Amino acid sequence: MTDYKIHLLICGGTGCKSSESDEIKKSLKYWIDEANLKEEAQVVLTGCFGFCEKGPIVKVLPDNTFYVEVKPSDAEEIVKEHLLKGRPVQRLLYKDPHTNQQISDSKGMDFYKKQMRIALRNCGFINPESIHEYISRDGYMALGKCLTELTPEETIKEVKDSGLRGRGGGGFPTGLKWEITRNSEADQKYVVCNADEGDPGAFMDRSILEGDPHSVIEAMAICGYCIGADKGLVYIRAEYPLAIERLTTALRHAREYGLLGNDILGTGFNFEIDIRLGAGAFVCGEETALIHSMEGLRGEPTFKPPFPSVAGYLGKPTNVNNVETFANIPVIINKGAAWFSEIGTEKSKGTKVFALAGKINNVGLIEVPMGTTLREVIYDIGGGIKDGKEFKSVQTGGPSGGCLTKDFLDTPIDYDNLLAAGSMMGSGGMIVMDEDDCMVSIAKFYLEFTLEESCGKCSPCRIGNKRLHEILEKITKGYGEEKDIERLKLLSNVIKDTSLCGLGQSSPNPVLSTIANFEDEYLAHVQEQRCPSGQCKALLKYEIIEDLCTGCTLCFRNCPVGAITGERRQPHYIDQSLCIKCGACYEKCKFNAIKLS
Amino acid sequence: MTKIKTLADLRKIRDEVQSKIRLRENSDHPEQVVQVKVGMATCGIASGAKETMKYFMDELEQQAIDAVVTQTGCMGYCYAEPTVEITLPGKEPVIFGFVDKEKAEEIIDVYIKRGELIDGVIPLTFRTIDD
Repeated sequence: MTDYKIHLLICGGTGCKSSESDEIKKSLKYWIDEANLKEEAQVVLTGCFGFCEKGPIVKVLPDNTFYVEVKPSDAEEIVKEHLLKGRPVQRLLYKDPHTNQQISDSKGMDFYKKQMRIALRNCGFINPESIHEYISRDGYMALGKCLTELTPEETIKEVKDSGLRGRGGGGFPTGLKWEITRNSEADQKYVVCNADEGDPGAFMDRSILEGDPHSVIEAMAICGYCIGADKGLVYIRAEYPLAIERLTTALRHAREYGLLGNDILGTGFNFEIDIRLGAGAFVCGEETALIHSMEGLRGEPTFKPPFPSVAGYLGKPTNVNNVETFANIPVIINKGAAWFSEIGTEKSKGTKVFALAGKINNVGLIEVPMGTTLREVIYDIGGGIKDGKEFKSVQTGGPSGGCLTKDFLDTPIDYDNLLAAGSMMGSGGMIVMDEDDCMVSIAKFYLEFTLEESCGKCSPCRIGNKRLHEILEKITKGYGEEKDIERLKLLSNVIKDTSLCGLGQSSPNPVLSTIANFEDEYLAHVQEQRCPSGQCKALLKYEIIEDLCTGCTLCFRNCPVGAITGERRQPHYIDQSLCIKCGACYEKCKFNAIKLS
Repeated sequence: MTKIKTLADLRKIRDEVQSKIRLRENSDHPEQVVQVKVGMATCGIASGAKETMKYFMDELEQQAIDAVVTQTGCMGYCYAEPTVEITLPGKEPVIFGFVDKEKAEEIIDVYIKRGELIDGVIPLTFRTIDD
């Protein structure tokens, strides 16, 4: 076994690769050979560090020295100075932008503190099917502490003081919700875990249930103790088979150990949890619709008040919290409200899990303290935009949220800032879009989703969204008028004001936010019948440039609808009324004689 | 399983499990135990984590390498699934991305058997609640 003493890690992410990280690797290897260090130092290409702005990056282990903006020509100095003489190359070290000091140990860098895992603390760390591994990480200690040392009131106070707010999107203070449910008098109460994650592109809750199901079970029991409930229900969509399987296993183990059931830890507290499967309707993420679905009724929302905390499942007081909210609870109890409330911003405490998706290099599941900026999330953690394209917009909050432009990149992410910017936190889906995405089509895509998912109970949502969609369809087909933009705004506001539940009240958000932030794109569509990013097929026009056309007839033979006419060796012609804009001619032409406008 | 009847029982079990894990991590026994954790959330399985895990189990057994292969949840690096974390005795855990059968073979031959790192290491970029 070769025992290398030194490892040089070179970032092989897309960004760094394009700035010659392969060359750096070669160069380092060469100088290591020259210095006769082959037996002691190894050079390794790694995945993306996420810190592409300062790439290419070379990290030296074991001393954790972090070199930034390294060039192939720097290799000699790194080997001769650092490896041979043990002196880090000062000029290549990362400089802290605030103090302007050079930091050599990467553990001291801000960049390493960008992600903090609280809800995901065990995810990807423990075996989710082993209760022992959960217990070894202080699992069920928080429940034990509550049952033996704290009264329900004291526990609720702890949760209130932590400043934890609902992670499902609403942002309602969790401790306050628990208190209201506790104060509702009834012979039976319920704790419900909302695992009906329905936003396109969101998978935070699924990952938590798949990776750390016991944290949710423990938190639900704590909630039951606080509000005076002995029964918990997890409402989860049937499309999450693995999460259901892992949760079922975890429930069985917890029961076998007596951590669920009667007389838990000899304290006389009883708590049991059942699973309720949902059929995957988006509206069932709304708490009243969710409760009706569990009752065996149609998954339709009802007017609030009464809130579930007063009259919920089977008419009894019910505390509904989201998976991620629950996953935070054991840590808050174990580490204390003061510890938790130090993380985050003034009104949004703790961390938030985001599912990063779309045109971003490091698609993944991340957890950052509240107050982190979108720029840090997209560029420092997400590794920037795919294929070096230009950032255009980021969609947060799913179909109920909005699209934010580059003007908002430096806005700290928290509940209130996102609302003020015309979007929302939502459950944590974050879809990144680049210059090639057409914002009118994006708005139409989200509307298609809400249109499908609307339960149809109230007319503003059922009919209004349909009409909104028709107007957008008209605009993307090239028949839009300027008046349509005003119509969209008016109708959107009416739907928001008059819909029964959160689904309708927020469904026009993608339309309103894209109009507010990208009005020029809407205008291009309606005034010039032009789609600036070339996504709206109907607005494309394929034309043959006569001077370049050789009359080879290739396009003529490939056109599926016979829209191209012309004689051999004579310039051809496209009949626009027949053209279906499939682009077959454009791809086949060998003479670049077809232009796209 | 026997029921945990008191908080003291729970603490006892926790300490037992913790010391068992620590023993595994710090064993200076000649047959050192290699730990292999495979990310087995929906995203990982969809990218072939099950095959990867099976390969590790079969290969390590066949080559008589003393190893514990376990599953874990999503590590967060969805762009690089399947992801596998390897902990060699007395060393820091290392995460590898895009681990298909070929990569797994390379990891066993080069990293597990010879202790040499190979390309494709995923850098850790987060803090934990214990930091």
